[in-house]
Amino acid sequence: MRWLARVRARAGSFEIDAAVAGDGAPVVLIGPNGAGKTTLLRVVSGGHPPLAGRISVGEHVLYDSDGGICLAPEERRIGYVPQGYGLFPHLTVLDNVAFGLAATRAGRSRDHRRTAAAALLREIDCEHLAGRLPATLSGGEKQRVALARALLSEPDLLLLDEPLAALDAATRRDMRGYLADHLAARGKPALVVTHDVRDVYALAAPAVHAMEGGVVVQSGSPADLAAQPASDFVREFFRSA
Amino acid sequence: MREPRGGLWGGRGALLAAIPMLAIVAVPLIALASASSPSDIADGARHPLFAPALWLSARTTVASMALIVLAGTPLAWWLSRTSSRGARAAELLVDLPVVIPPAVMGIALLQTFGPHGLLGPALASLGINLPFTTAAVVAAQVVVSAPFYIQGAAAAFRRVDDDLLIVARTLGQSPMGAFFRVAVPLALPGMVAGAALSWARALGEFGATLFFAGNFTGSTQTMPLAIYTALESDTRVAVALALVLAAASVLLLVPLRALPSLLSRRLDRPSPAPQPHARPK
Repeated sequence: MRWLARVRARAGSFEIDAAVAGDGAPVVLIGPNGAGKTTLLRVVSGGHPPLAGRISVGEHVLYDSDGGICLAPEERRIGYVPQGYGLFPHLTVLDNVAFGLAATRAGRSRDHRRTAAAALLREIDCEHLAGRLPATLSGGEKQRVALARALLSEPDLLLLDEPLAALDAATRRDMRGYLADHLAARGKPALVVTHDVRDVYALAAPAVHAMEGGVVVQSGSPADLAAQPASDFVREFFRSA
Repeated sequence: MREPRGGLWGGRGALLAAIPMLAIVAVPLIALASASSPSDIADGARHPLFAPALWLSARTTVASMALIVLAGTPLAWWLSRTSSRGARAAELLVDLPVVIPPAVMGIALLQTFGPHGLLGPALASLGINLPFTTAAVVAAQVVVSAPFYIQGAAAAFRRVDDDLLIVARTLGQSPMGAFFRVAVPLALPGMVAGAALSWARALGEFGATLFFAGNFTGSTQTMPLAIYTALESDTRVAVALALVLAAASVLLLVPLRALPSLLSRRLDRPSPAPQPHARPK
């Protein structure tokens, strides 16, 4: 499934003007802090209104300034896992996971949702976490739960904002494999922000977009970017491999 | 050598410097508490001014709080989610009743709803006459005490991470769903603290009420006004009323201090892990 986001947006005095695209495989977005990566993800999710552009996933048009289309986040079929995982601190792990089912499977009772959520937690070996609050989880556990919650609503496009950044080295290694397996098994589009070149290779990302100062300075395969970096940042990023 | 108990900055010198202000706050309260004997208080409570004033204060402050929470919550939410110049101006406007003397607010209300006021004649033609009624008491309380709730709620809403709201929306919630299922539960401690502060302010409202609602037993004479009236005839009654009002305020202070931290502690503390609610086959 082909997806693309070509948008102009403003956050405070900062402007982004970026075009990113991909298909069934995970695409990686890199760039220094303050490059506008998170803003771009929020724009795609529908959480931040753009000024102009077009966002589509397959035939599904999420935003089109020419056509006057701007779908609400709940109509976009997008999964969003922000930095810090975005688990609701006032809900248990079970209720966090069940939260995503509340609106998608209309008419089903709270018990049904919790049953489905419990089944999913068992699948990802997190059954023992069901009654815990997010504040009591480790970073790796939070990431697993957040990812499970986002995938439960079967989004067309998954947005992951630095999914591995807050983890210690050993957990990051484990989670990198876990993430790569899940994204590959899913076979649907994903856009992953990362600061670590190892993620690019682990996810087998066919395309990397490098963003600086609100614009995409380079797009291409990891090999292209490594061989002919368009900026110091890109050179430095791939040199750390 | 032993470390001073208060750490580096909380030593004896700091305590000495803190004592004058502590005394200024504490001595009048101690004096009030020790001014009358239990029998004096019982006498005061039997005084004809007492029961109507207590009942009126209870009714009007409950009504005021309901209005403030219903109308103030959307305003607080809007203030917390926008950084436009208009919102900053609105924020200043909301804060004004805190710095403007209550008596001035009373006059302003009269200029609005009085017989020659901005809206008074129009309302009068509809048969609505606000000044010097119980509704005027509520209006005065709402105007002077709403800022405390709105400030508290807006500050609490501001601490709700945008990303959590976006996630809630991508998981299928409508704007209202995200608000009630994510923003409100997370902001609840701050909303409760703001409401308690606001309630305490409404309970003590005197100046605006006197000017706009008057001082009529049973319809506009709240506890503070009853104290004022009693002071002219019988100091014992005034003291008894004052003690009851102080006790009510202290009762509000307890949830103000304790409840928000209890509510937010719930979010941080590990809870026992119950079994999943139901087991799928």
